[in-house]
Amino acid sequence: MEALYILWLRQIKKYRRSGLRMMLSVIQPLVYFLALGYGFNSIFQKAGRGSYIQFIVPGVIAQTILFTSIFWGANIIFDKQFGFLKETLVAPVSRTTIMFGGALGGATIGVIQGIVLFLIALAFGFHPYNWVAFGGTLLCMIVLSLSMVGFSSAVGALVNDMPGFMAVTNFLVVPLFFLSGSMFPLDNIPGVMKVIASINPLSYAVDAMRATLINQSHFGLVTDFTVMFLTMALLMGLGVYTFRKMEA
Amino acid sequence: MEEIISVQEVSKKYKEVTAVDGISFNVQKGEIFGFLGPNGAGKSTTIKMLTTLLHPTTGRLLLNGVDVVHEQNKARRIFGIVFQDPSLDGDLTAYENLELHAMLYHLDRTRARERSEELLKLVELWDRKDSMVKTFSGGMKRRLEIARGLLHHPQILFLDEPTLGLDAQTRNLLWNYIGKLNKEEGMTIFFTTHYLAEAEAIAHRIAIIDHGKIVARGTAEELRQQTGTENLEKAYLELTGTGVRDETLSSSDSKRERIRRVMNNRN
Repeated sequence: MEALYILWLRQIKKYRRSGLRMMLSVIQPLVYFLALGYGFNSIFQKAGRGSYIQFIVPGVIAQTILFTSIFWGANIIFDKQFGFLKETLVAPVSRTTIMFGGALGGATIGVIQGIVLFLIALAFGFHPYNWVAFGGTLLCMIVLSLSMVGFSSAVGALVNDMPGFMAVTNFLVVPLFFLSGSMFPLDNIPGVMKVIASINPLSYAVDAMRATLINQSHFGLVTDFTVMFLTMALLMGLGVYTFRKMEA
Repeated sequence: MEEIISVQEVSKKYKEVTAVDGISFNVQKGEIFGFLGPNGAGKSTTIKMLTTLLHPTTGRLLLNGVDVVHEQNKARRIFGIVFQDPSLDGDLTAYENLELHAMLYHLDRTRARERSEELLKLVELWDRKDSMVKTFSGGMKRRLEIARGLLHHPQILFLDEPTLGLDAQTRNLLWNYIGKLNKEEGMTIFFTTHYLAEAEAIAHRIAIIDHGKIVARGTAEELRQQTGTENLEKAYLELTGTGVRDETLSSSDSKRERIRRVMNNRN
């Protein structure tokens, strides 16, 4: 437990010391929120779908968490290159602990970024339909963040250099994001897109956040959470597996 | 004398190459043991196997009677290691690096604090304990790594080319600490180096590895006599030849090399 705690704390300390970097990573989702939110708001309203600003907030929160968490594994590449990883690998702690300590740190950072974006949205007039349901939103943030950090850890364990890591994560992050219903409703899109969106695990996280923040759901909360927890178990499991197999 | 390191018929094979080919040797408790060999001879692979970073393909490695493959975590408490490349976290302070180590090794808080202070004073970094490690010079980092490697009172200290890239003053200082630790605490030291004069001066016994096999072992005196040469460097060249070796770096090693070069140019 002590080892887990210190490995988590290490990530948090490094995050706090990164200063400007932590501010910058909310800029991109913020631009999406403001530009698209205000840009499409009147069209969305004319189509009878209500406020697009309300609609897009769960999507951009998911986006912030997706981007922060999926690139988190870059830290593992740095730890490999700057040698710190070896310090943990020769210590009397299991690979599972090493993986979990880092991943919990990465997920904490992801959730913090998500909350920061949520607070900014509040300042711009976003209002959740029910504050009790917001507890569910927080749970979504945690599960989504852990899933993506788990995946990212696996890539970090398998790949040895930054270009390789960026190639894999960049290849995935854009389709995951755009084909998840984070920016548009899933009910009136072409069949092929609908199929893709329904096999994209991010769709369920976005849907669950939308359900808990603005009371709109495409798949239903039970389906959402079932898929999300299964994805998390699978991806964290993959992270642990690759850490155990990794050779120094 | 008691054996503290025992390497029995150990081999490490990768797909095409055999990095270590059936080596056996022992190190006695309280000994300073020099492990020498050209680049790519199998030194680092052997250290990695002894320190649980790599599994041997065949053979057995024991540290104080503990099997490093089957009782990994028990074995890990027995040794401290200073790697060839830095393995500190540059974004943490010197003290935080030690704190992290103490918690990974489940050391008692109060005792770890005392020990950290004592060690930081020993390596003359106490006044810099709250500085970020990324602001340290190569020599300071190496000293901090030694302090960290000693924090959990290991019985064996592994040093993989501890003086590489350091100036003569720092090298001298380091060997003085190491000699002191060995004498005062009876700590067993296992080191590799390319500076043969250093090995000759400090090692009680030496083994030379080449092409994955132990080609010679004994005291520096014995190696000189065996080869009929006047110093260890000549004995070493006699045993391993004068041809230059091409070392194949693992991808992460070569990447580190490149990064280090870029960082050095920037400074």
